[in-house]
Amino acid sequence: MIVLGVNRLPRIPPPGPFRREAWRSPLRGPWLTSVLGAALLVGIPVVFVTGLLSYVAYEPALGRNNLIGDPGFLDFYVFSWPTSPVWLYALTQGLHVTVGIALVPIVLVKLWSAMPKLFEWPPLRSPAHALERASLALLVSSTLFQFATGILNAQLYYPWKFSFLAAHFYGGWVFIAAFVLHAVLKVPTMRRSLRERRLIDELRRGLDETKPETGESELIPSAPSAPTISRRGVLGVTGGASLGLLALTAGQSVGGPLREIALLAPHGRDLGDGPNDFQINKTARSVGITPAQTGDGWRLRLVNGTRTLDLSRADLLALPQRTYELPIACVEGWSTTQTWSGVRLRDLAALAGVESVDELLVESLQEVGSFRRATLSPGQVGDRRSLLALRVNGADLSADHGFPARIVVPALPGVHCTKWVNRLEFKGTRA
Amino acid sequence: MRLRPVYGAGPLHLLSHVAALALAAYAFTRIFAGGQPWNVVLWFAGALLLHDAIAFPLYTALNRLALGRARRSVNHVRVPALLSGCAFVVYFPLILGLGDGRYERATALSQDVYLGRWLLLSGAMFAVSALLYAVRARRAEPSPGAA
Repeated sequence: MIVLGVNRLPRIPPPGPFRREAWRSPLRGPWLTSVLGAALLVGIPVVFVTGLLSYVAYEPALGRNNLIGDPGFLDFYVFSWPTSPVWLYALTQGLHVTVGIALVPIVLVKLWSAMPKLFEWPPLRSPAHALERASLALLVSSTLFQFATGILNAQLYYPWKFSFLAAHFYGGWVFIAAFVLHAVLKVPTMRRSLRERRLIDELRRGLDETKPETGESELIPSAPSAPTISRRGVLGVTGGASLGLLALTAGQSVGGPLREIALLAPHGRDLGDGPNDFQINKTARSVGITPAQTGDGWRLRLVNGTRTLDLSRADLLALPQRTYELPIACVEGWSTTQTWSGVRLRDLAALAGVESVDELLVESLQEVGSFRRATLSPGQVGDRRSLLALRVNGADLSADHGFPARIVVPALPGVHCTKWVNRLEFKGTRA
Repeated sequence: MRLRPVYGAGPLHLLSHVAALALAAYAFTRIFAGGQPWNVVLWFAGALLLHDAIAFPLYTALNRLALGRARRSVNHVRVPALLSGCAFVVYFPLILGLGDGRYERATALSQDVYLGRWLLLSGAMFAVSALLYAVRARRAEPSPGAA
């Protein structure tokens, strides 16, 4: 082979991890890697698909909803995000974040199990081998990138300079390209390995019966140490860590008694017992909303072409009020269901003189931040449960929940349920 | 010309790799278009290096250290350490109070509780593990004072 000067490397690997005998764990082998791979083969598609659905839920084709750059070839979608069931986004995004977090131990142990592959000798045997190794490096790097950026975003920690939205969305495509290639190449090996020993048999074997795998695979150590943990032990601890993270996280999405044990979840806690003491995405202060802006001088402006109509909060409260129990579900994976009261968006459209709405641009008093405006689809405006909410759980909205008025639309991502609304611009057919 | 002697694998191998890498490269151009391309590269490469060159050798060394010190009881240390470590790997920004107060400003929730919660959880897991070890050791050697 004359590729990349590989023929000049010594045939015998240098001392250290390039030598097979340096890898001592008797548990490493294609079977263990395959069991972990099979778990990821189920879990990763859930995270990827729910991630794409979250993109769709933002209705990026409308107005300025698209925050990830000019439309390209990968930011396509084929349907408008529905408003039913009302918990749809709470479910898909809860799965995206919670399953993603629960997969972390499986990903890490999978990487541990396959680590000898990093130290193959010779490092590059052929162009095919070089491409394989490059795509594996990309798989590991994009896996870590996607998990890291997603998990840090859920904790509002941004130690990078790039745009999270673009990087996590297109990073998902880098990741899935490498993941699908890896799956296509390795599923036959995985199936063969899984047939060699049955999971149920392996789960019955204690430490004394734990022997190295047999076969040709370079994952199997040539000089294994005595085992210090059984395979069922490794799988048990990995699964246990995964379930533990699930327990510590899921409550912020699922609610109920699970909320009590969501001890490390960023939005696991209530703020108190009052009607407004549920989780806040952005406080009024953090985005520069002052009491002066939301006081008696506040008006909601309805815009329909050149026609405008200004309404005070008292005017809005004099309109027919509707009450619905609806979730607010955040892209960060938490949700909370509350009882909202206010005016139907379609009633406001009628008041503005719009018969059939094509889109609704909602703007906030908020002057900073990516989500100070959002455009809603005809389906979202037309749903009878879509409200300009004025009250929650029988009380006026608090400043942090968007007083004087906020949008609440079923199954809409939380950041599009704009708070501190001061302008609704309807586009459509005039009455 | 036969592909295999030159390339080292069949045409499907080549096509599938080129297709996947081309898609990934295109996605990269889209991330770069969002700005700060070098910072993106730094994070992709840094994540790989952090895992392969720092985290993996570090936990391997810790494992060898633990094995050298306490072979019999090693899993009573490794298991709670792994569980506590996984919680830390996921939630270290909240636990360490990172983010310059952004979390507290945005959510009106205190970030201080997470360190205590993680320490208590970790402490509880190590304590249960120690208790199990004590019970096992007592069963194995029923002589008084054995532990």
